[in-house]
Amino acid sequence: MQIANLKFNPIVWIVLVAVLMATILSFLSPFFFTIGNMTNLSKQVSIVAILAAGQAVVIISGGIDLSVGSVLAFSAVVIGTLIQMDINPTVAMFAGLFSGTFAGCINGLVITWAKIPPFIATLGMLGIARGMALVITGGVSHPVLSPLFLYIGNAKLLGIPIPVYFVALTFFAIGIMMHKTVFGQHVYAIGGNERVARLQGIPVDRQKVKIYALSGFLAAMAAVVMTGRLAATPPSVAQAIELQAIAAVIIGGVSFVGGRGLVLTALVGALIMAMITNGLNILGISSFYQQVLIGIVIIIAVWLDNLKSSGR
Amino acid sequence: MVGSNSLVEMRSISKNFGGLQALKNVSLELYSGEVLGVLGHNGAGKSTLIKILAGAETSSAGTILVDGRETQVRGPKDARACGIETIYQELALCGNLNAPSNLYMGREINKWGFLDKKAMKKETASALRRLNIRINSLETEVEAMSGGQRQAISISRAVHFDTKILIMDEPTAALGMDESKQVMDLTVELKKQGLGIIWISHDIHEVYNFTDRITILHGGENVITGPTRDFTEDEIVSMIISGRPVERLDYKEKV
Repeated sequence: MQIANLKFNPIVWIVLVAVLMATILSFLSPFFFTIGNMTNLSKQVSIVAILAAGQAVVIISGGIDLSVGSVLAFSAVVIGTLIQMDINPTVAMFAGLFSGTFAGCINGLVITWAKIPPFIATLGMLGIARGMALVITGGVSHPVLSPLFLYIGNAKLLGIPIPVYFVALTFFAIGIMMHKTVFGQHVYAIGGNERVARLQGIPVDRQKVKIYALSGFLAAMAAVVMTGRLAATPPSVAQAIELQAIAAVIIGGVSFVGGRGLVLTALVGALIMAMITNGLNILGISSFYQQVLIGIVIIIAVWLDNLKSSGR
Repeated sequence: MVGSNSLVEMRSISKNFGGLQALKNVSLELYSGEVLGVLGHNGAGKSTLIKILAGAETSSAGTILVDGRETQVRGPKDARACGIETIYQELALCGNLNAPSNLYMGREINKWGFLDKKAMKKETASALRRLNIRINSLETEVEAMSGGQRQAISISRAVHFDTKILIMDEPTAALGMDESKQVMDLTVELKKQGLGIIWISHDIHEVYNFTDRITILHGGENVITGPTRDFTEDEIVSMIISGRPVERLDYKEKV
């Protein structure tokens, strides 16, 4: 890629912002760039980042998935309950992944068959999945002390926490999928103009079911990491985390109307949000300000994006 | 001027919408290497007739012959399989994608689901070159191009996949004068390559200068079909309005 094209590449700007923030924070606090804090930061960001990858795909296709937090809780509860029943943890993990994917499939089918708008369909699933998590457990949190999950949540490999590998693998796989495969091409086409996509013979409904199933699968993967970190599966876990995932995607500069944006920018968006939280913590500023600041950042990010696209 | 065997023949097509008869025994023939203009008022039945050929509607009665063989056109896929493609007035492209992605939309060249971008780019470049279409870069989003360039991409997409019959439903309605000219030049090029083209337009002047034959519909029936130059522009206008063929001693065509 030529240098001239580089400044139009959305990833360049967002990475610059993230680097700038990290630099400022490292000057403000000597603790920011310590290994301990970096480990902490990467763990904090991992769950939102995995969810944001799925959310980015959904938003690029012109939809939205509000149910990821609840689906995460539902999958976690399936894992916790099965382990409580003395079922092999690996089997429990796959059952959890399947449950999340299944919930995502239902989202996709409701959107395509019943022609319910994604916002409404996934809002419904937000209630259903959270409710099911409470029903299954009776509101009780099961402890998960199996070595598999403790390893996922707490171990390091080559000095890097395991959840970071999950994040890296997710974004690598989704990146390949979006830019090298027919499916990814279809996601962009559907987000660009669904009617044209249909007219040109893209199986829009089938691809949409796959898109929401993928988002559900990634929510379940986040549940696996979350279960490891908490060593328990409270059914009330990850409340309102879908809003953080959506915010990460928006801060990353993915167009909310669909068809434009890179999934990788959602990772940087998640990092920026985590750095705000983390930075304010180590600077000893009240956590009440975090939400204010993140809200402002979201609005500025979209405003900058508007400026950029009107200048085009 | 035209080949002797018809590419497509629609025989005695009728179509009822409930009690309303939109088409009554309408016939149409299209030959290789010609542009056939279909004219008529709004509601004369021209878009219904064309939709039946494109597979967007099904006829109540009548037969369609493609290359002399009777063919069932039940949906857009059937039409496509017969080599019939349609260009619509509104531009049917994804603005956020580049030319190769639009050209191959829904039929991407791939291996095991992985795109072969290089092949698609190469094929697109040669497809555009064949039709003398110039665009600055194959990487540019289609949205950043002019209306004429975009319609040109639509057309090259329509003719790329072994197309024999091209239906153009008011292809210049959304375009400026220069851009309309581009599209017409392109159509002449396709005609030279042996395609049969059905051109629907409200612009009598355009149709008169541009088509080889015309067929006029009125109230769901054929008024007349014949070589465009056999009539004057005024006579065509009068037939569209009155729905009666002009009285001519030297000219007789089946109605």
